[in-house]
Amino acid sequence: MIVAEQKSLEEIKNLIADMEKVLVVGCGTCVTVCFAGGDKEAGILASSLRMSTKLDGSTKEVTHITVQRQCEWEYIDPIADQINDADIVLSIGCGIGVQAIAERYPETVVVPGLNTTFLGLPTEQGVWEERCAACGECILGITGGICPIARCAKQLLNGPCGGSQNGMCEINPDTPCAWQLIYDKLKSQDRLHLIMDVQPPKNWSSSRDGGPRKITREDLRLAVEDSE
Amino acid sequence: MSDVSSNGYKSGSRLERILRAGHFAVTGELGPPQGAEINVIREKAELLQGLVDAVNITDNQTAIVRMSSIGAGTILVQEKLEPIIQMTCRDRNRLAIQSDLLGAYALGMRNLLCLTGDHQSFGNHPTAKNVHDIDSLQLVQMVVGMRDEEHFECGDEIKETAPRFFVGAAANPFGDPFEWRPYRLAKKVKAGADFIQTQLIYNVERFAEFMDKVRELGLHEQVYILAGIGPLKSPGMARYMRDQVAGLDVPDAIVDRMTHATDGIDPEDKKARRNAWRKEGMQVAIDLIKQMREIEGVAGVHVMAIEWEEAVKPIVEGAGLLPRPEPEPLPTSGSETE
Amino acid sequence: MNLTTDAPIQIVAFCCRYCAYAAADLAGVLRLTYPPDIRIVQIPCTGRLDTLEVLHALEFGADAVMVAGCLEGDCHFQRGNIEARTRVERIKEILSQIGLEAARVEMFNMSSAMGKQFAEAAQEFAERIASLGPSPLRDSTYEIKAEFEM
Repeated sequence: MIVAEQKSLEEIKNLIADMEKVLVVGCGTCVTVCFAGGDKEAGILASSLRMSTKLDGSTKEVTHITVQRQCEWEYIDPIADQINDADIVLSIGCGIGVQAIAERYPETVVVPGLNTTFLGLPTEQGVWEERCAACGECILGITGGICPIARCAKQLLNGPCGGSQNGMCEINPDTPCAWQLIYDKLKSQDRLHLIMDVQPPKNWSSSRDGGPRKITREDLRLAVEDSE
Repeated sequence: MSDVSSNGYKSGSRLERILRAGHFAVTGELGPPQGAEINVIREKAELLQGLVDAVNITDNQTAIVRMSSIGAGTILVQEKLEPIIQMTCRDRNRLAIQSDLLGAYALGMRNLLCLTGDHQSFGNHPTAKNVHDIDSLQLVQMVVGMRDEEHFECGDEIKETAPRFFVGAAANPFGDPFEWRPYRLAKKVKAGADFIQTQLIYNVERFAEFMDKVRELGLHEQVYILAGIGPLKSPGMARYMRDQVAGLDVPDAIVDRMTHATDGIDPEDKKARRNAWRKEGMQVAIDLIKQMREIEGVAGVHVMAIEWEEAVKPIVEGAGLLPRPEPEPLPTSGSETE
Repeated sequence: MNLTTDAPIQIVAFCCRYCAYAAADLAGVLRLTYPPDIRIVQIPCTGRLDTLEVLHALEFGADAVMVAGCLEGDCHFQRGNIEARTRVERIKEILSQIGLEAARVEMFNMSSAMGKQFAEAAQEFAERIASLGPSPLRDSTYEIKAEFEM
């Protein structure tokens, strides 16, 4: 899932500073699960902004609404009235949601209430950790199901580096060394041969380095009527 | 394609010739300045002349910006002290690396140490993007490919003067996972590394254990292994390295030697204490070098006297490694210059 | 902003059914006095405390919110009151960010037999809030809407 964190109230207030009517738009999918931008958080943020702006001397009119997902047109189309009614939309969806609303409602000022951080999972309630770097060329099959691109600070394909100590990464004693994890896993499964050879340099062109990505599935596109 | 040039050497560097002749090699280290000052490098070079076979020049070590290794290397070439340039994967992608290496070779450098690089969060630019387009093993493979197959990483032929470096890699016998380290060294050998320099060694027993496995894998016959040795300046330094530096193993016995160096000296006499510590620190280094010479498969030592280049002479001399041998001259095939 | 200094302090108290509400009930039976402008909201357990409802209480006229649950270790639902304590700390942080005093929300623990302690806690909290003053959000003539009353 996409994991995000709410910006500080101060930063958010700066983003909506010149506007009177604010619509907080929450999202019912990833950011609900990481407690950053769901319906409850939207309500809390709206109430906080009303109270805070009142204390500042000029109460803003802040309402909130939550959609199932902000990243699909069919979920954000039905709230057109509420969006058009507002001076500014404060989206607390992930960066994709913010952009979807901005794209679908080009005349509307849309600002982000979250910092979208990574693709990951909750390892326990209240703790989320990064797991995938969306590199476009998945090698989990040869690294025992542990990703060195997302979980190694240096994205090594032939790790570990010399800084791995007691199974932890040199940059943070609480961060497990991905290559220690890979080594342990492959050793326990008797598959160390997978990392005995030198892995050649990665083709980064399928990841963000190659430019913004797009996937088209012609077989899924709706048939277009031939024009007259 | 043969991996030796027509003169019989891979690079023809002084370091290569000394190792090939079977001498116990000695390399040193030099940290470039945090500025564009040339004289500092010349002064350090002068301190090391005649004491070592080649000198490593660090590359933005600990992610702190310093003059580039290749820039400083050019000055060493002018001073006729052979450099081993270091290249990390942290700061450059494969284009920049290959490009820099072409320049370095053109400017007379012949030895290269391939490193991953300390993470930028350790240094003075923690907000920088880290590159790590390739890792140290892929770097070794790439540079060996440029030399032996005369092509770039993408496969294109290097049409004019392929760079022919003597390629090294680092090894950390004390990193984790401990059992995997000899196999990782094997990967570096497979990638084509010519020589290895290890992280600082203080725990001889554990290093010997590592070398047992290395010999078992036959690696000592495929690559020249230089043991990393560095003098301690004080018991505080010893303790710091034992407790705070990832990848170092400093036994308590060595910390104790440093602590007891000032036994019988007036605790108020700061100068005498400092001298006693430094003397002991150098003696520890000398003793370690002697122990390294006893271990089969160790082809030399890499002396790291960080910000203490004056210590190199007493250490190398005390270990009986002076005068440095003169290497075989290059056969006059025309392509290499000394 | 118009604040009258003698306006009575309005407090909303979220009380857990098994302990705090029972204690409040007992205080009533014992005819113990505590400030009249404490509106009690029964929740099954303080673990059910909803951050948004606390904020709404403050937004719509309460000067402070009291949260009362079982004694630690004796929660009827095992750990509800422990979760509530953490949540109250988080609410205090949110209040600070908004610009309200963190002391306007507070957690208290008691058993169902502690009628006297409920009255004392309510009195003490009301006095504490009185010295802080009415909520800076409050308009002078505004009173808590009926929907917050039991």
